[in-house]
Amino acid sequence: MNGGQDLGGMDGFGPVVPEPNEPPFHAAWERRAFALTLAMAMPGGWNLDMSRFARENRPPHDYLSMSYYQIWLAGLDVLMKERGLVAEDEIAAGHSLHPPKPVKRILSAADVAQTLHRGGPTERETNTQAAFKAGDTVRAKSMHPLGHTRLPRYVRGHVGTIEAVRGCHVFPDSNAAGLGENPQWLYTVRFDGRDLWGADGDPTLTVSVDAWEPYLEKA
Amino acid sequence: MSHDHHHDHDHEHSELTETQLRVRALETVLTEKGYVDPAALDVLIETYEKKVGPRNGARVVAKAWADPAYRARLLKDGTPAIGEVGYAGRQGEHIVVVENTPQRHNMVVCTLCSCYPWPVLGLPPVWYKSAPYRSRAVSDPRGVLKDFGVTLPQDTEIRVWDSTAEIRYLVLPMRPAGTEGWSEEKLAALVTRDSMIGTGLAKRPEDLT
Repeated sequence: MNGGQDLGGMDGFGPVVPEPNEPPFHAAWERRAFALTLAMAMPGGWNLDMSRFARENRPPHDYLSMSYYQIWLAGLDVLMKERGLVAEDEIAAGHSLHPPKPVKRILSAADVAQTLHRGGPTERETNTQAAFKAGDTVRAKSMHPLGHTRLPRYVRGHVGTIEAVRGCHVFPDSNAAGLGENPQWLYTVRFDGRDLWGADGDPTLTVSVDAWEPYLEKA
Repeated sequence: MSHDHHHDHDHEHSELTETQLRVRALETVLTEKGYVDPAALDVLIETYEKKVGPRNGARVVAKAWADPAYRARLLKDGTPAIGEVGYAGRQGEHIVVVENTPQRHNMVVCTLCSCYPWPVLGLPPVWYKSAPYRSRAVSDPRGVLKDFGVTLPQDTEIRVWDSTAEIRYLVLPMRPAGTEGWSEEKLAALVTRDSMIGTGLAKRPEDLT
């Protein structure tokens, strides 16, 4: 979706403000919101792409005015309510009021280290051939799906060069919509800064995105 | 911003009260329903607050500086080479290491969310997830570098990697001059988090106190 999350190339946000000796969390609730979000994915059964869509799928003015972990919480809220795992009256009461939904597994303290170490690799075996190879010239398609996608607006319609073939990976556009992993070839595509930003752009700049094959066409 | 508990409490009882209360209620409800084990939450928090952070990445970089064969393996296939040092897993399943040289400076961003190589850098700082960085890193990286107090020669090539998929990028910064013969441990002290994102450079020996 062309939402508030797709920030590349926007103006007016002001300078980047680094914080010296920044802690990982800035409030106690951020710690719990972070951990709840990670832990709930197992009983909830959603995937990373569904999580990302749940976070970005809101009015841009909301997305841009919420803090990072507020966005996480809002995304978690959507995912849980979609599945009937929790209801608003329960959160308001601060207690469970309805019987829990049966869930396959929950994350136990003993399993945390192993679960994090395993992670969630997205590369998949395939017997298809990659359509492009390093050095090929491609165009990022002009596409504006209403669902989740990972092709940022600032490269759409622009011509770039395949820099690397990264293997066949879970396709977020399908996976976020619950349509299965639908693995597709993934490429690092490099664009010239002046092609993206015009003649006034930094002549020393090149920018790459990682783009799945359905995002690209021959140029 | 300080990291002590007193500060956290001030924060909670002012503008964040509503969120704080909601998270507390949510945790209670989810625990009562048997969906979460609060002890698992504690372990998750402790992992990313105490164990996983940019010191991991600094060890990888220092090893690459000290050991040319390791550097070659790291640049060829980052994930297994980083695994040799003991780091792997969530948000670092597919790591690509990109090398800074006098001709080329690499910078990493995620314009669409906050993708970041957790096993080697920990959780991303607020600025990395913020609109100012995500918007401008791809269009005006030299301006962003200026916000970090970094100015590069006008002819240095700037290469920005937007992490739009599950590939995670780690910058291998240039080894500072005057560090010949240093141990990996001593070298690691020169490697800053920002130098591995590309918004900073490694410290020089004279920067160490």
